[in-house]
Amino acid sequence: MSQIKSLADLKKKREEIKTGLDVRIKAIDPEKHVQVKVAMATCGIAAGAKPIMEFFIEQLDRRNIPGIVTQTGCMGYCYAEPTVEIKLPGKDPVVFGYVDLKRADQIIEKYIKEGELIDGIIPVNYETIDSKE
Amino acid sequence: MHLLVCGGTGCHASESDAIVWNLRDELEAKGLSEKVQVILTGCFGFCEKGPIVKVMPDNTFYVQVKPEDAQEIVEEHIIKGRKVTRLLYHDPLTKEPIGDSKHMGFFKKQLRIVLRNCGFINPENIDEYIARDGYMALGKVLTEMTPQDVIREIKDSGQRGRGGAGFPTGLKWEIASKSKSDVKYVVCNADEGDPGAFMDRSVLEGDPHSVLEAMAICGYSIGASNGLIYVRAEYPLAIHRLKVAISQAREYGLLGKDILGTGFNFDIQLRYGAGAFVCGEETALIHSMEGLRGEPTIKPPFPAEAGFLGKPTNVNNVETLAAIPIIILKGAGWFNKIGTEKSKGTKVFALAGKINNVGLIEVPMGTTLREVIFEIGGGIRNGKKFKAVQTGGPSGGCLTEKHLDLPIDFDNLVAAGSMMGSGGMIVMDEDDCMVSFAKFFLDFTVEESCGKCAPCRIGNKRLNELLNQITEGKGTMSDLDRLKNMSNVIKDTSLCGLGQSSPNPVLSTLNNFMNEYVAHVVDKKCPAGQCKSLMEYYIIPENCVGCTACARVCPVNAITGQRKEIHKINPDVCIKCGACKEKCKFDAIIIR
Amino acid sequence: METIKLTIDNKEVEVEKGTTILNAAKKLGIDIPTLCYLHLDDLNIENKPGGCRICVAEIQGRRNLAPTCSTKCEDGMVVKTHTTRVLNARRTVMEFILSDHPKECLVCAKSGNCELQDMAHRLGIREIPGAEYAAVSTYKFDTSPSIKRNLDKCIMCRRCEMMCNEVQTVGALSAVNRGFMAAVAPAFEQNLEHSTCTYCGQCVAVCPTGALTEVDNTPDVLRALADPSKTVVVQTAPAVRAALGEAFGLEPGTLVTGKMVAALKALGFDYVFDTDFAADLTIMEEGTELLDRITRHLKGDKTARLPILTSCCPGWVNFFEEYFPDLKDVPSTAKSPQQMFGAIAKTYFADKIKIDRKDMVVVSIMPCLAKKYECQREEFSVDGNRDVDFSLSTRELAAFIKQANIDLHSLEDMDFDAPLGESTGAGVIFGTTGGVIEAACRTAYEIYTGKKLDRLDFTELRGFEGVRAATIDFDGLKLNIGIAHGLGNARKLLNDVRSGNSQFHAIEVMACPGGCIGGGGQPLHLGNSEILKARAAAIYNEDRKKPLRKSHENPFIIKLYEEFLEKPNSEKAHHLLHTRYFDKKKKIIVKQ
Repeated sequence: MSQIKSLADLKKKREEIKTGLDVRIKAIDPEKHVQVKVAMATCGIAAGAKPIMEFFIEQLDRRNIPGIVTQTGCMGYCYAEPTVEIKLPGKDPVVFGYVDLKRADQIIEKYIKEGELIDGIIPVNYETIDSKE
Repeated sequence: MHLLVCGGTGCHASESDAIVWNLRDELEAKGLSEKVQVILTGCFGFCEKGPIVKVMPDNTFYVQVKPEDAQEIVEEHIIKGRKVTRLLYHDPLTKEPIGDSKHMGFFKKQLRIVLRNCGFINPENIDEYIARDGYMALGKVLTEMTPQDVIREIKDSGQRGRGGAGFPTGLKWEIASKSKSDVKYVVCNADEGDPGAFMDRSVLEGDPHSVLEAMAICGYSIGASNGLIYVRAEYPLAIHRLKVAISQAREYGLLGKDILGTGFNFDIQLRYGAGAFVCGEETALIHSMEGLRGEPTIKPPFPAEAGFLGKPTNVNNVETLAAIPIIILKGAGWFNKIGTEKSKGTKVFALAGKINNVGLIEVPMGTTLREVIFEIGGGIRNGKKFKAVQTGGPSGGCLTEKHLDLPIDFDNLVAAGSMMGSGGMIVMDEDDCMVSFAKFFLDFTVEESCGKCAPCRIGNKRLNELLNQITEGKGTMSDLDRLKNMSNVIKDTSLCGLGQSSPNPVLSTLNNFMNEYVAHVVDKKCPAGQCKSLMEYYIIPENCVGCTACARVCPVNAITGQRKEIHKINPDVCIKCGACKEKCKFDAIIIR
Repeated sequence: METIKLTIDNKEVEVEKGTTILNAAKKLGIDIPTLCYLHLDDLNIENKPGGCRICVAEIQGRRNLAPTCSTKCEDGMVVKTHTTRVLNARRTVMEFILSDHPKECLVCAKSGNCELQDMAHRLGIREIPGAEYAAVSTYKFDTSPSIKRNLDKCIMCRRCEMMCNEVQTVGALSAVNRGFMAAVAPAFEQNLEHSTCTYCGQCVAVCPTGALTEVDNTPDVLRALADPSKTVVVQTAPAVRAALGEAFGLEPGTLVTGKMVAALKALGFDYVFDTDFAADLTIMEEGTELLDRITRHLKGDKTARLPILTSCCPGWVNFFEEYFPDLKDVPSTAKSPQQMFGAIAKTYFADKIKIDRKDMVVVSIMPCLAKKYECQREEFSVDGNRDVDFSLSTRELAAFIKQANIDLHSLEDMDFDAPLGESTGAGVIFGTTGGVIEAACRTAYEIYTGKKLDRLDFTELRGFEGVRAATIDFDGLKLNIGIAHGLGNARKLLNDVRSGNSQFHAIEVMACPGGCIGGGGQPLHLGNSEILKARAAAIYNEDRKKPLRKSHENPFIIKLYEEFLEKPNSEKAHHLLHTRYFDKKKKIIVKQ
């Protein structure tokens, strides 16, 4: 370990380390970040959700998008698996169906980055306990 | 993905280390070590259900995890993405599993300022603390603020000492800063000694750097370059984490000479206490650190004028210090919006006793007892009725049903006949005898009195003996007057805070549960059925069929009676073990 | 001088800043009762741990009662010393103290002279509530050659501890254990015999109860007196006559030399002699040694070490053997007067009256408890027969006279027997600090210079200052004299000697503050330093009245040398009157 010789050094150091804790820090306040929920019930996994989830984790990081990728249970759209729910800060969640790697890339580039909707949206017709509160 | 495993003393004792090793082995075997980190953290507070494993970022909260569960967690949750329902926390009312810790009643009402990093960072890795803005407050203080600015900020924040008495922290610093001396000391009082309290331990174990940083900030503002942490030797894990933290901070130059190139020097040493309760009193603590007998001396002089080795010394409690860095970073204005008019910020409590969620919590000042006990604490165990809650440990008093909606702060608790103390909270239900309860605390004070002044040394012993008489049914009504008089005199004449507050459990139970005392001395009955001497096992003749089961199980042959005849218990021989009552199939044996 | 005004019991008083409430009240004639408090003005000795809580008073605006002995006055303070709250508290605390004290006043050595008894009487305590079930704290009984410890009677006033540590710096006694079981004991709870104790007896002198008392040798002496085959010889130390009267209600400072002699004769002692005679002998030996060493030193003899230290005080001898064994060749080799007397009595005098030393019993009456130990030292006996068989303290003699129903007041004055009862004023002043060195100067001056002294009172050597220094002009040879009384003061001078920084040629050391008049075996002064001053004045008076005031002029001393010893420091004198010292530093072995 080397000495930290000034406040500027300390700040630099903090920025260096911070990414390592990203996963945890973002989880404190998920609302402020892009939340990606991949449906990972048996049907989802069978339809290939696992590589999709890994793709999101890797690519958000690589493209410098502060986001949280988590798994979730069956969303009920078994016909459209793999399904992915994206929630942008301050916006209602949007669910995408038939997500493969190509679509996943589109979702990141178009919807997450630009806010443009793309094909394959499944209309959301449920309320969560959270949204009631 | 991060797997946070609780490394607090409780979970540590339940083999949380083995959980970490097993998780790492599993991940290694599955080739996931790169993607998933396993981190040993400080206490999550939910000790009732430890060991805890928390999965980030989805906030999955696994409870009572065993080392052998590691495989399932990795295979199911990490690889397949399915939560292990079996290990999730189940809501005690709905019995439904709760996947996200944010939805747990235990965490919902909490506001974690002091515990902000506990259960979140690896306490043995300074980098994780720095990533959480660690040492930024020290940097800010050293580069942008004068010592007076710092003291003003702390004064404006309204922070009061969390050790028990609630003395304004900023004022304490100001007094120490005005004492003229070439050498001054900053002392962290980590001699936590209340029965059942472990707030300070958890902070030291979970976030040691916050205390180190705060001490350096204090040193800068009062003009001290020496810090001492007085920590009890019975806290080996806390001591270990402090040692690691100090050495890491030194390596980074955040302790030592010329900190952050500002010319400010500050270093910290550890001093071990032998676990004497009285050494939490600051003069006794200082004498103990000096190598003298740990007993208090009369104030004045206050430590701020003449403390460690006769030099001005500022003594602050762990919890008080742990809030300082965040107050500096977020500002007094942020902090003093939290809490009540005269008690700002949050308070950490250790919940214990007959409560569902035993553990460590942090709530804003002004939270009601009801919220703490019934919402966060999950209510009384086994659906029993709430009777009282003791705050302030052996120095505090009990609060009852009528105080449940009292917003908790320093002044309200005192007004209600108790005190904040360091934050122990012991909940009692209908099965607890309040006389025995007062006696329990007196047992403790008698054990922990240093013996210097007569009222505490002898008076507490006499209180204890008299309570003993009462629980044995040998008390009289005039004894109750004597109990009260002795208590008042001990409070009035004792040398230090220990003796001045030790009769509080007696006085507050006398105030709130006089009827129970009267039942003991007049009716010779213990309403809660806890005092053995006042119990009598009795066979209801109408219910007894003469099966002889009770007589056969009685270890002292106190039960007589022929087969098919009514049996009798000889109360002079009976040792009240209760074996007969358990054995009787006809509900013929009762306690009366 | 800054003064402040305050009101005590509705009376206004103006006092110097820093004055305690207790002393301010004294100014108004208000005598607040105290128990643990002890203050010896001129000797700078003060004990105020604030432990007994008897001296409490009410201060307006203060939450609890304040110990007046250790609470300083503040401007505008309003104090009430006898409100019902105060009286009730004082009484209750006294009941606490008494409840933890054995009720065996009938057979207690301190009965009638016990501060606890007096306080119980003063506060009108007639019963101790709850005594039937109140436990009394106990501690192992310990006895040593000089001092008995019965800590069941200890009230934790800590006076002994203060004396032992702060005044004497012996460090044999300190508080051990906690709470109700707290006691004052040597390190590792060893017995006194295995501690660093010097038997100076200052702890006994200040003990308010019967916890610390002298070993009572009266029965041994009575048995010797009752044995017709024994010739019993008694010697009395100079300080005894200046204090014995106090035990019989006489004013402090009343000399009772003649009555004391008469009482001893009435008790049946065969010969009543005077230790003063041996003191004169000591001067001859020690004075000669002093001159010899100085002369040799001035001639450049490296083996002649300076300063020379007096060696007549056994507490002091024990002290340097324990703490300064490396300097054991520095003190004079002359025995103490007690032992010189014994050696001469059992040789020269036994021959004179033609009896075997085994048929002679030598008893000493001493103001001292260390003398009991000294006479038991192995080197002071011949074939197991001690030179001095028993040593009684002034207190024991007083009790013995009372037992024998002798009315001291009505006794006609009698003279000491010849030949060992004749003494000069020089021998008398041995009893007070500075006296030995003054006596030595009177003789050494005349021997060294061959001139007659025209002024015998070396007032520059007198006084109560703990460490004193004076230069005496021996006709051109300027001798630097140092005086220390109290072992703490002696330690300061000894440290200088050890480091080679001492400017003195000779140093007189007395272990007890005030010298022998303040010895551990004297009637208790109970914290009144006026008593010590009166005793010292009495001794100087006796000196002034003596026809002979220089040791070398004592005709019996001259005769002793002619008939028996030849000359000072002769081979025979060396054999009988000189001793050597031992390294008695305690080696503590810690068992692993």
